[in-house]
Amino acid sequence: MAGETGNCLIRNDWICAEYVRTRGQELTDATLQHVGITVVSVAVGLLIAFPLALAARRRRGVAGPVLGLTTVLYTVPSLAMFSLLVPVFGLSAAVVVTGLVLYSLTILVRNILAGLAAVPEEAREAARGMGYGPVRLLLTVELPLALPAVMAGVRIATVSTVSLTTVGALTGYGGLGNLIYEGLHSIFKAEVLTASVLCVLLAVVADMLLLGLQRLLTPWTRAGRKRKAAVARWT
Amino acid sequence: MDVISRTWAWLATGAHWSGPDGVWHRLAEHLELTAVCLALSCAVALPLAVVLGHTGRGGALAVNLSNAGRAVPTFAVLVLLTLGPLGAYEPWPTVLALVLFAIPPLLTNAYVGMREVDRDVVEAARGMGMSGRQVVGRVELPLALPLVMTGVRSAAVQVVATVSIAAMVGGGGLGRIITAGFRLTDTAQVVAGALLVAALALLVEGVFVALERWLGRARRRRGPVAPGPGPGPEESAERTSPVPNEWSAV
Repeated sequence: MAGETGNCLIRNDWICAEYVRTRGQELTDATLQHVGITVVSVAVGLLIAFPLALAARRRRGVAGPVLGLTTVLYTVPSLAMFSLLVPVFGLSAAVVVTGLVLYSLTILVRNILAGLAAVPEEAREAARGMGYGPVRLLLTVELPLALPAVMAGVRIATVSTVSLTTVGALTGYGGLGNLIYEGLHSIFKAEVLTASVLCVLLAVVADMLLLGLQRLLTPWTRAGRKRKAAVARWT
Repeated sequence: MDVISRTWAWLATGAHWSGPDGVWHRLAEHLELTAVCLALSCAVALPLAVVLGHTGRGGALAVNLSNAGRAVPTFAVLVLLTLGPLGAYEPWPTVLALVLFAIPPLLTNAYVGMREVDRDVVEAARGMGMSGRQVVGRVELPLALPLVMTGVRSAAVQVVATVSIAAMVGGGGLGRIITAGFRLTDTAQVVAGALLVAALALLVEGVFVALERWLGRARRRRGPVAPGPGPGPEESAERTSPVPNEWSAV
């Protein structure tokens, strides 16, 4: 029986359906941990990046330090970043999440700032003329118009975060990275390849989902294109 | 706060700096691997970017490569190459992984730099009777240099970071101090190693920023390199910021 079912496990093949079948639970758990770490990191990153970007936009004195600090944080290698956070949080998921939040800040703050800067002054003037206050202007005019740039930042941050989470295996909280690290030590090829492929798939799927979300949130960008196409067909 | 004093004590212990596991030896390994891989990836990526940028072909390749580079985890590639047939020939799996991940920033920035050169300037150079080779050497490359250098800087910082991850797979370099610290559950050593790795990355970034500034000043002293000192080419040449999309942390 073992000769038939455990064949590719015994031969230590790279591709092994038997591995996926027998360790399905392990793979699911690791994938869920990976998704959880990524979602929490990007969400917290966004929550922190918005006020930072708004503050940086309002005052030039804030913009310099904020952009400088996030760039410095971005230069710190992930291995060092996670290690430096270990004495603060102990060996916990907080280490990995905090490190990933700090990395995502650089991308998110820059893209939010770029998106807000690209809002046409005419749109702002028109809204002010209609009696919009600063908060309403931000929420109903500026943010929707900045959304494509913001979403581009969220996509880059998410894909990078999925990839960087694997290094968290050092602390035991690396999602699929844990399986890769484990497979390295036990020289288990199927485990390493399956986890690696799943990790890339996760990044691609997340990117596509966010692209779909962006299209849903900004229907006017597509409607404009369709109308233009329709006009082109009519004339 | 006890960690800070213990980390300081670790760093102040002379024995931790000497010997094959010492900081100096690990630093030398780190720098050697970084220099070799940066040189190899430049040798592969830059000529390719110049050819693609000059002919205007392969733009999609240059952009998609950096997107793909972001989605593929460096750590996974390091482990895959180590367990693969190349694994018996250490340090080649590490070198290959490092070169593969350094190519996208180099290629994309140099390609964008070549494409951003004002077309009018290129036309003028051709009108003056310059051959394709001369256009590349005397007009396009000098004007693309700031972005090429930006690519080299991000590749260098990235290689430094990836070398540290290679320690998780059994490679050398300063990362080994961190991984050994984890194995010994010695937090002071982990933090000390992390400080050294972070300092090295920031130092490399700083050196390249200084180099770019120095090159920029040298260019301005010599005056416009390209024919036609119009504001167009100078403007595009001074644009040192890479497209933010090219960023990726390791």
